[in-house]
Amino acid sequence: MSTLIVLPIIIPLVTACLGLLAFRSPRIQQALSVLGGFGLLTAAIVLLMRVWTAAEPPGGILVAQMGSWPAPFGITLVADLFGAIMVLLAAITGLAVLIYSVADVDMPRKRLLYFPLVHVLLAGVCGAFLTGDVFNLYVCFEVLLLSSFVLLSLGSERAQLEGAIKYVTLNLLSSAIFLSAAGILYGTAGTLNMADLSARIASAAEMGDGSNSQSGVFTVVAMMFMVAFGIKSAVFPLFFWLPASYHTPPFAVSALFAGLLTKVGVYALIRFFTLIFVHDTGFTHTILLWVAALTMVTGVLGAAVQMEFRRVLSFHIISQIGYMVLGLALFTPLAIAGAVFYIIHHIVVKANLFLVAGIAHRLRGTSALDRPGRFSIYSSAPLVAVLFMIPAMSLAGVPPLSGFWAKLVLIRAAIDERLFAYALVALLVGIMTLFSMTKIWAEAFWKSPPDEDRRGAPDEPESAARPPRIDRSLLGPIAALAAITVAIGLLAGPVFDLSTRTAEQLLNPAGYVRAVLGADHHRAATAERKEEPAP
Amino acid sequence: MLLALVISGFVLAPVAPMLQRALPHRAGYIVALLPLAIAVMLGLMSAGVVNAGIVTDTEGGFSIVSTAPWVAGLGVDLAFRLDGLGLLMAMLVSGIGALIFVYAAGYLHGHKHLGRLYAFLLMFMASMLGVVLADNLILLFVFWELTSVSSYLLIGFDHSQEKSRKSALQALLVTGLGGLGILAAAIMLGDVAGTFTISELVLHRDTIRGHALFPAIVVLMLFGACTKSAQFPFHFWLPNAMAAPTPVSAYLHSSTMVKAGVYLIARLSPVLGGAAIWNDALTWIGATTMVVGAWMAFRQRIMKPLLAYSTVSALGTLVMALGVGTTKAVEAAMVFLLAHAFYKGTLFMAAGAIDHETGEKDVSKLSGLRGSMPILFIATAAAALSMAGLPPFVGFVAKELMLKGLIPDATRGTGSAALTTMLVLSSALGVVVAVRFGIRPFLGDLKPTPTEPHEPPRSMLLGPVMLASLGLLAVVLPGFVALPLVGPAASAVLHATAKPDMALWHGVNAALLLSVVVIVAGAALFAIQSGVLRVIEPIASRLDRLGPARVYDGTLWAVLTFSRAQTRALQSGSLRQYIFFTIGTAVIAIGGALAVNQGFSSVPGLSDVRNYEIGLFALLLVGAGYVGVAKNRLAAIAGLGLVGYGIALAFVLFGAPDLALTQLCIETLMVVLMVLVFYMLPDFRSISNNSQRFRDLFAALSLGAVMFFLVLIAGQSTPDLAVTTFYGERSVPDAYGRNVVNVILVDFRALDTLGEITVLVVAAVGVYALLKSTPKRAKHIAGLKEGSE
Repeated sequence: MSTLIVLPIIIPLVTACLGLLAFRSPRIQQALSVLGGFGLLTAAIVLLMRVWTAAEPPGGILVAQMGSWPAPFGITLVADLFGAIMVLLAAITGLAVLIYSVADVDMPRKRLLYFPLVHVLLAGVCGAFLTGDVFNLYVCFEVLLLSSFVLLSLGSERAQLEGAIKYVTLNLLSSAIFLSAAGILYGTAGTLNMADLSARIASAAEMGDGSNSQSGVFTVVAMMFMVAFGIKSAVFPLFFWLPASYHTPPFAVSALFAGLLTKVGVYALIRFFTLIFVHDTGFTHTILLWVAALTMVTGVLGAAVQMEFRRVLSFHIISQIGYMVLGLALFTPLAIAGAVFYIIHHIVVKANLFLVAGIAHRLRGTSALDRPGRFSIYSSAPLVAVLFMIPAMSLAGVPPLSGFWAKLVLIRAAIDERLFAYALVALLVGIMTLFSMTKIWAEAFWKSPPDEDRRGAPDEPESAARPPRIDRSLLGPIAALAAITVAIGLLAGPVFDLSTRTAEQLLNPAGYVRAVLGADHHRAATAERKEEPAP
Repeated sequence: MLLALVISGFVLAPVAPMLQRALPHRAGYIVALLPLAIAVMLGLMSAGVVNAGIVTDTEGGFSIVSTAPWVAGLGVDLAFRLDGLGLLMAMLVSGIGALIFVYAAGYLHGHKHLGRLYAFLLMFMASMLGVVLADNLILLFVFWELTSVSSYLLIGFDHSQEKSRKSALQALLVTGLGGLGILAAAIMLGDVAGTFTISELVLHRDTIRGHALFPAIVVLMLFGACTKSAQFPFHFWLPNAMAAPTPVSAYLHSSTMVKAGVYLIARLSPVLGGAAIWNDALTWIGATTMVVGAWMAFRQRIMKPLLAYSTVSALGTLVMALGVGTTKAVEAAMVFLLAHAFYKGTLFMAAGAIDHETGEKDVSKLSGLRGSMPILFIATAAAALSMAGLPPFVGFVAKELMLKGLIPDATRGTGSAALTTMLVLSSALGVVVAVRFGIRPFLGDLKPTPTEPHEPPRSMLLGPVMLASLGLLAVVLPGFVALPLVGPAASAVLHATAKPDMALWHGVNAALLLSVVVIVAGAALFAIQSGVLRVIEPIASRLDRLGPARVYDGTLWAVLTFSRAQTRALQSGSLRQYIFFTIGTAVIAIGGALAVNQGFSSVPGLSDVRNYEIGLFALLLVGAGYVGVAKNRLAAIAGLGLVGYGIALAFVLFGAPDLALTQLCIETLMVVLMVLVFYMLPDFRSISNNSQRFRDLFAALSLGAVMFFLVLIAGQSTPDLAVTTFYGERSVPDAYGRNVVNVILVDFRALDTLGEITVLVVAAVGVYALLKSTPKRAKHIAGLKEGSE
């Protein structure tokens, strides 16, 4: 069983190593990478199925102790439903991007070890989703930060480097805060194993009397993690790095980032604020609620005024992150299920939109929305138009696509809690999302270049100027992701059940602790602490 | 079965463009077979010929139910239910749909995107069937939104026209905003009643009516219904939606989609009706819309806007009647709904045909067309007379019933006199409009038009002739067309048996007298219309500028202006500002939590500090300070290096030499990487003024101070040393290593080390890549403005 948990980290890492060995031949790297992508996807599917069937009711927790050192002394890898779902999403996005990269990424970049870097990134992402150790999570963050930084600057175009600098600087701030928080946490709690932390902080909160207690320090540390992960997940007011950098690299790279990077931050937020820091939800989760609303609003308003394809999409990532944080902040089973559903939907849709942006750029010759393109995509490439419309409408929450259900669950959760203001914000942000998606549609897809009407008329002879052919390896991943979006929408029942089970698992930290530390550990830890004199 | 009927349109939609390509002359007719089949199926099902599990209602209506699970966890099922109201609407949707496909085949013959039009129309038809047949609120909302989206695509069909795109967006935003209201109201209703099943809601009527959320539910639901059915003040999108090709206007924006709001109101009347807030709001919104619409229609000369405003007026009439909510009013509403669908569908198709054959859109420039298009003339005139409310057309019956439902008597409140007056007024204006559009252009002498007028092709005549004849048949043979649809529909709305009286003659009574007044007033108004318009137009057009369309534009402008300002302030492009905000947030979040949860009172003293520690501290301080004042990048990076190496030194001092080595490696590589990236940027310039420097210094010191206190306070707690102890005890016996740090790195926590090694490799690759690709530096990303990120 433990091999299975390790596979999603090992497969991309090994693929990356093999790619490095073949560093003279981008072709071999390419073939290896796509193969590795399929391998990762297979492992991820098997992992999720095993986790789902591991217990009754569905959804167990698989644990692997690295080096067979018992928790909390070694590093524990944990695959619960949430982690396994995230790994699967990473694998899907990764494979789609890898296939798309074959035609999208230019040869110089491929020569500069593009493919191995993507796999290192995937290894870091999967590691972050599977680790049960705070410091190991930090290491995974570093792996994906550095690999993403290099991917971002690969090719060294001026705009890229400018974006890369902003990206890496602000993310290093996050790392610094994360590391300080981890250090203080270790100094206070004496452990970095997440399950162990969960048990200890819970028992400290039971014992604490409020003022000057350990519990208070934990709340402060919780805020440090919130800031660190807040930067990673690009919430208000920490999102600056994202719109500054996502529109600069090749489309494949930005799709990978858009799908996965911020979601690692959101994952960490959800993991930490359901498993570890739930001792003072009145404080921490109220702040998250504010953050969520402001993130949704500022992001969507930012998108409304952008006039570059990927900049619009980038700002939308921010606003969508707000929805996920809203689910966490509401902190009810339905809300957490909504957040999980939202992440599932969002990763697929967002990565896809960036991939479509690449094709639109090829067809129009520009990504600027306020400049006329060479062709009206609506007229000349209807399939591409459809493949944009599906994720775009899904993002805007148009039923019955995936985004609708995600929003429905969250809005219902807010209304159930009688937090009408937040439900209203979520609804209005939805219509603003629709506004910017239609802006892209109208400007980049509908609008015709001035002379097109004559060119396309049936009684005129076929003009020599035909839109460039779009390679199947570019269209394939987009079509597949669009199909997944539609499937999530039409099969919302099973996906919602999966999200609900995931939420139940997340809201029951004791189950996680038991799975990692063994059945009797929690009591032992509590008893141990009670013997010590209160500080 | 019902599910299959709804889904079939979605299934056929993607095939339609291919069909059009394969059979360019026949595709429209083939596609039209689907709605025709649906209409026939619905008829057979409701008549009980096709057994689909009929459940007879206690109120004398019928209902056919089919349910399949969908998202059970959220209470959303694929529940469909065919009852009288659903049948009336579904028959209109499918029946008129069939005529529209045939009409479109003629109207857009040879258009390169005709196949897409079929696809969008099919999608719309299926969605609309879903709306009127869904028995689950969320399911209804799903289809509701899909009608908005297909309407968006159809209004923007002439996609290269700026006006089409703008109108499409306006319709989408207005109806989309209303859709949000419906979604919120639906969720609340489900929350209150414990079910989303519409037919079960009525069982929880009292719970719903007594709940604190009831007013909110009503307001939100009506908001959604009113935007969709173009009620004042949300009516402005409908005339703009005329940018769509005429088949679309005839289908969506007169006879079906705009009636979705009316349908929703009727559907929920048994649940929400009876409360003052519901009935009063509907009555007065409807009445206002009725008058405003008629008035605006009176002022139009261009065919489609004229018809659009008259549609607004008709929708207002329907909403008003449902608001009044009495048996008579509801019966009148159902008959009127049918009558309007017949005559307005005819008139729209006629408008398209006239425009198509003459190239003229202005009715005042059309005259004497009767000779060149006699069949169209007869159909149009019949529809216009029905609209004007003249016997023997169904419009007359509808108006009679409407008047009877409103005329004041002992049981009605004082408002009914006002409502009657408003109805008479708007009907008189309607007479003018009907004659101006439907009769006048055909009479008199022939005026020259851009193209030689001639009878439209048969495909474009089928629809008007069929619908106009139905308008007559509904009265002549009421048992054949009208009563089987209208009676059950009214019963379903009222939850009681209803049987509208569709006879033409009831003797002389108040309603008949008022009808005569309407006709006479309308005729008189028609005679003096040009004079009236000349007088009022200057004033009225000035008033238009204060209308709700301005509110829409103004809101959009305000939101975008605010967004621009907000985005400029936040995403300024300046990295230093980003860092300042980020650090500021950290200080507020961490410092705030510290202040709230911990209190600064208990900070311990700084005893136990050794001299060399102070030395190291000073070294770090010098390094950090030097970075701040350095005059060029290299010096700054050197200063940073000093800090990094100082930290490595601290590792050494506190007994972790291995870690120190790793730190040194990473630090060195990062410095190299940074230098290379900096190399690509312009020369170093000091761009801060003094106030900015102080601001930055303040931020840095604040974060330092917060961290300082936090570490001090956290250092007080005595951690559980179980982990540390474990490492010390097990290092030699289990891991065979005497250097505990080494053992931690390569055994206890070997996975971390693997990660760190990976970081090193990636850093090396990054340095390699930067070195390899430095020469090409001037390439730009297209679409990116210099300096704007």
